Amino acid sequence: MSTAAAHDAHDHGPASGLSRWIFTTNHKDIGTLYLLFSLLMFFVGGAMAMVIRAELFQPGLQFVNPMFFNTMTTMHALIMIFGAVMPAFVGLANWLIPIMLGAPDMALPRMNNWSFWILPFAFTMLLSTLFMDGGGPAGGWTLYPPLVLQTGDAFPFVIFSIHMMGLSSIMGAINVVVTILNMRAPGMTLMKMPLFVWTWLITAYLLIAVMPVLAGAVTMLLTDKFFGTSFFSAAGGGDPVMFQHIFWFFGHPEVYILILPAFGIVSQIIPTFARKPLFGYSSMVYATASIAFLSFLVWAHHMFTVGMPLAGELFFMYATMLIAVPTGVKVFNWVSTMWKGSMTFETPMLFALGFVFMFTIGGFSGLMLAIAPVDFQYHDTYFVVAHFHYVLVTGAIYAIMAGAYYWLPKWTGNMYNETLGKWHFWLSTIFVNVLFFPQHFLGLAGMPRRIPDYSIQFTEFNVISSLGGFAFGLTQLLFAYIVISTIRGGKKATDQVWEGAEGLEWTLPSPPPYHSFTTAPVIK
Amino acid sequence: MSARTNLRVPQVLTGLALLSVAGIAAAEYGLNLRPGVTTIAQEAYSLHMLILWVCVAIGIVVFGAMFYSILNHRKSKGAVAAQFHESTAVEIAWTIIPFLILIGMAIPATKALIAMEDTSNSDLTIKVTGYQWKWQYEYLNEGVNFFSTLSTPKEEIFNRADKNPDYLLEVDNPVVVPVGKKVRLSITANDVIHAWWVPDLGMKKDAIPGFINEMWFNIDTPGTYRGQCAELCGKDHGFMPIVVVAKEQAEYDTWVADQLKMADAAAADSNRDFTMAELMARGEKVYTSNCAACHQANGEGVPGAFPALKGGVITTGPAAEHLALVMNGKAGTAMAAFAGQLNDADLAAVVTYERNAWGNNKGDVVQPAAVKAAR
Repeated sequence: MSTAAAHDAHDHGPASGLSRWIFTTNHKDIGTLYLLFSLLMFFVGGAMAMVIRAELFQPGLQFVNPMFFNTMTTMHALIMIFGAVMPAFVGLANWLIPIMLGAPDMALPRMNNWSFWILPFAFTMLLSTLFMDGGGPAGGWTLYPPLVLQTGDAFPFVIFSIHMMGLSSIMGAINVVVTILNMRAPGMTLMKMPLFVWTWLITAYLLIAVMPVLAGAVTMLLTDKFFGTSFFSAAGGGDPVMFQHIFWFFGHPEVYILILPAFGIVSQIIPTFARKPLFGYSSMVYATASIAFLSFLVWAHHMFTVGMPLAGELFFMYATMLIAVPTGVKVFNWVSTMWKGSMTFETPMLFALGFVFMFTIGGFSGLMLAIAPVDFQYHDTYFVVAHFHYVLVTGAIYAIMAGAYYWLPKWTGNMYNETLGKWHFWLSTIFVNVLFFPQHFLGLAGMPRRIPDYSIQFTEFNVISSLGGFAFGLTQLLFAYIVISTIRGGKKATDQVWEGAEGLEWTLPSPPPYHSFTTAPVIK
Repeated sequence: MSARTNLRVPQVLTGLALLSVAGIAAAEYGLNLRPGVTTIAQEAYSLHMLILWVCVAIGIVVFGAMFYSILNHRKSKGAVAAQFHESTAVEIAWTIIPFLILIGMAIPATKALIAMEDTSNSDLTIKVTGYQWKWQYEYLNEGVNFFSTLSTPKEEIFNRADKNPDYLLEVDNPVVVPVGKKVRLSITANDVIHAWWVPDLGMKKDAIPGFINEMWFNIDTPGTYRGQCAELCGKDHGFMPIVVVAKEQAEYDTWVADQLKMADAAAADSNRDFTMAELMARGEKVYTSNCAACHQANGEGVPGAFPALKGGVITTGPAAEHLALVMNGKAGTAMAAFAGQLNDADLAAVVTYERNAWGNNKGDVVQPAAVKAAR
């Protein structure tokens, strides 16, 4: 091909080799990078969970010392939250928002590249703290002072890596907002957008609102440690509880950052496989917005035992209970979407149904935890651990997996192996319940969280939980295998992929061209 | 994909699920929250049961509808999709009904919360202070004051001996309270945040440096009640249990008198001199329960986290500086100030021990009088 001819072809494909990935500004490439990075971090964080469950398999100290155990719980949380779940959602946003809206790319492609490429450096730095004097961070992912100030050389590196993750998230969020508000195809009004786009728009605003709060809080820790301030030191006139207020003002909206896009994914998948439009589209949008609004008013339910005034405890209890209303609306809408549908149960649908069922169980335990007088018993026990793993593993991660199976044929042009996908779902679902359901019992019986060793009355359920954990961990290797083999080949997918799928992304070829919707489609 | 595999996968896995349920049923103890022994614990328990049953009821309705739909509205059964997708009336109903259910829960919860937070009119006040990793109890009116640390032997923790039934839930000095009295705890901490929790007493409160939190309980049945620190507080967070012993009033009074006698004996120790051998023996005990968690029994510490005392700069330097560091701690590190935690004789003994153990062999002796002078 002559130079002139190549120049005339404006629809150029990707650059070749490694530079394609380093310099890419293409939303599909960046989406892929985010998703693969997230998968890698899922296994790194998962390996740490295996260390935790191995140590807790039997009472007594067997494999690791208590300090390293605390490092594992801290790092597992930081990596799973900031390295696995959040990048997976940003990856999905990158891949899907432009092709769902009929846009050619994200609005700010160079910033998009930057916001991804910060992450590998942030996590390399975070993981490198494991090898520093004094070990990695061991004060819990919540970084409560004064304990966190006892961290060794790792401390400033942990803070800086959190700053970098925050920077990346904020840039990703800005990109999402700008893309959604400016780059919709003609006729795509806000209330015609797919629900995944809606939930991401709201999530992006949450991110922009709270990531700077986290950055501020950890910077105050940094100055307390190195520059003689006393924000959180009672001896210097500061207030250790203030950190918790600031942290959870970030932390509770963060919880919804981790679940709202999951709601969006499930709201795309259930109508497809029920072959029936989503029930109550506008109430879904309003419910999502209500949950996001309420998320700013409930932070202190993480702190019922710090000794708040009665009026404060009552306010946060009532506000927290209120969240059950919009969340309930969403669950009812999903069930109504299935009702009188014509359902089939391919792997994405199985994971979406697993999500609805088990996320609701996590919702119930959440409602129980909201009741302050009983939370005094549940707080900081394995009941809480069970609760947030139900909403994060069988909630957020199940939705991500559902989304991966749902869109993988579109992304790669190849169908995944349905039999293996079903095995992955059923094995995961059984083992995740063997892993986390007994933890409810442990918490109710009185086992505190974050302990490396426990009294012998807790032995049986810890054994069961650990066995479930190892099996769940192994099962996820199957997921990695399915994803990789689908990328490499397989039965060709049609453009429509799923019989009942609706939306602009299914009008594109599978896989879509490197540059799609260079001319905007018109939505009627 | 064949229809045959479709059927087989769930069947195999259901079998596995049943097996694991059998395992759960075989576990020895209850699955539910402990009812507890105090008024507030029982109130929390009944609230817990109320909310649990409400959740179960909602769950039956929601999951019932979901599974009915999954079983019946499937394409393989020839179901044809209806196309309805909204109903304002239904949306309003399932916004209002949950709201009313929540109000039904909030009323008893509010009542319980008000009762739990009412620490007035107590009969007895104990100040509880959390340390890394032990608890201090000061009976404000009785003058009793002691530390309470884990008494489980290291051999059991490191699996060199069989674990006893109270493994990790046993202490050297339990908190003793009279039955039938309203006991108020004033809870604080000396270093990092801890949380005082005994499940059977129905309440936990954070122990926060610079703050005093309050909680109360009344126990009607004499007995021993065990709990643990519930807020991550560093390396030995899992190793700072709480034991409360409730006794009849007369037995409690005897216990208070004994404690006061022991305190007098300890005070007398501060006024006499000890031999090197006495100090070394006593120092080793003090070291094991107060210092070994960080600096290790062999004095070698943990590189990067806790300095070695064996051949250390401080332990082989001037005795006065060594004593001052132990008494005042080191700001910004985990090294606590022990002046308030140990008496003169114990401080003298532990400093002497550290200066002469593990081949440090400084040969000098620190007497209680020197500690008294340094205070």
